[in-house]
Amino acid sequence: MIALSGIAKRFPNGVQALNDLSFTVGRGEFVSLLGPSGCGKSTALRLAAGLLTPDAGTVTCADGKPQIGLVFQDHTLMPWADAMTNARLPLDLKRVPREQADACAVAALARVGLAGFERAYPRELSGGMKMRVSIARALAAQPQLLLLDEPFAALDEITRNTLGDDLLKLWREDGLTVLFVTHSVSESSYLSHRVLVMTSRPGRITADIALASGRDSRLSPVTIEAQRVISGALNTAIAA
Amino acid sequence: MRRLADFLLPLAVAAFLLGAWEAAVAHWQVPAYVLPAPSAIARAFADNFGSLMEALASTLAVTLEAFVAACVLGIATATAFSQSRLLERTLYPYAVILQVTPVVAIAPLILIWVGFERINLALVIIATIVAFFPILAGATLGLKSADFNLIDLTRLYGASRLQTLWRIRLPNALPYLLSGMKTAGGLALIGAVVAEFVAGSGTATGLAWRIVESGNRLEIATLFAALALLALTGVMIFAALSFLEWWLLRRWHESAISAS
Repeated sequence: MIALSGIAKRFPNGVQALNDLSFTVGRGEFVSLLGPSGCGKSTALRLAAGLLTPDAGTVTCADGKPQIGLVFQDHTLMPWADAMTNARLPLDLKRVPREQADACAVAALARVGLAGFERAYPRELSGGMKMRVSIARALAAQPQLLLLDEPFAALDEITRNTLGDDLLKLWREDGLTVLFVTHSVSESSYLSHRVLVMTSRPGRITADIALASGRDSRLSPVTIEAQRVISGALNTAIAA
Repeated sequence: MRRLADFLLPLAVAAFLLGAWEAAVAHWQVPAYVLPAPSAIARAFADNFGSLMEALASTLAVTLEAFVAACVLGIATATAFSQSRLLERTLYPYAVILQVTPVVAIAPLILIWVGFERINLALVIIATIVAFFPILAGATLGLKSADFNLIDLTRLYGASRLQTLWRIRLPNALPYLLSGMKTAGGLALIGAVVAEFVAGSGTATGLAWRIVESGNRLEIATLFAALALLALTGVMIFAALSFLEWWLLRRWHESAISAS
């Protein structure tokens, strides 16, 4: 679906954020990008989204540029607009006719479990619900590639787990391709097919771990084993 | 209950102060050309009601025209600034110069340039200069402070600059703009009064001129009546703009929600 190869990126302040970063995400995969804070995960995601241009290297998409959905750590909703208008934003920007856009937004909100909350303003919603609206907004444009930047980092554990399960369900039903940036070993071990471990300064991939199937719960032995492997790789990366 | 107290307590203070004033003037027999009693001021107000209202209408017209002009110019300039860093860096210092130069000092020049035969236009221009800056500053800050991630999203979906401006930047600027407008409303009135003072005899017909004229004739009661009317006008402008602010932000902004 998308391939980054030999990416280098320096920030305006002179810090070399990424150097020789390469990875691919195949169609239909759920890939986690795992690393310590400040290792350039978010920068990699922005490069993948085409919001940043690399100093060196290339970002290529196999079959032309896919429709991308983007979810940030903050809900990033427009506080002056209700849930429906927020979810409709991508369609409004693409000048989709109003009726069609409304229908898509209502459907997207229903898919994330927010049917009936179309007219609610962000301040009237809980943190988890705001994140759901944010995901609905990403889904409204019917993306092929969903990029998530630590979307559950600001939420409590119970909400985080529920949203994780819902995300898995959406991914299965829609045949999405997901690139999930996180600093949580347990999240990545449960949610993804593959975990890319990143080191910091400059950021690059130090391990590419394919996870065994059969991780149907957070506490199944296979998931725990995956956590052990990922933690090991992460520790090696940090120590190096 | 609290609403009622918000009204009644200031009113009680006003009643007490006016009563004390009336009593003090009667007790020490203060001459009316120094400090007239509130009852004398009320009489002067009633006697001059027609002419005072005409003067109020004149000042209010200048104030409102200047306020609208300042809003239009301020928002337009801020929007232009938000679209071009270069333009902002080039022109913002001049806006600041216009703001920090005392308007009393520029007013005579503007009167000469515009000409006394178009006195109203000159008054409006002077008041506009006074009211312009808070709107420009508020709108500029608001347009620039939109969430970067939200701006990135508009880029991701290929939005035009106009779409980003209309859907993200302008709504985001609204609370800042309204705050600037509240300041500007009061300043427009101050600007109108200062302009009338500078314009001086025979040309201006507003409340400020009534104050100067009454002072010259030692009609201090009428002076006080005009002054009270001016203060009341200022309060009304502030109240109207506060209501507009609350009404526009009541659904989403913290400032309006905590106040309700």
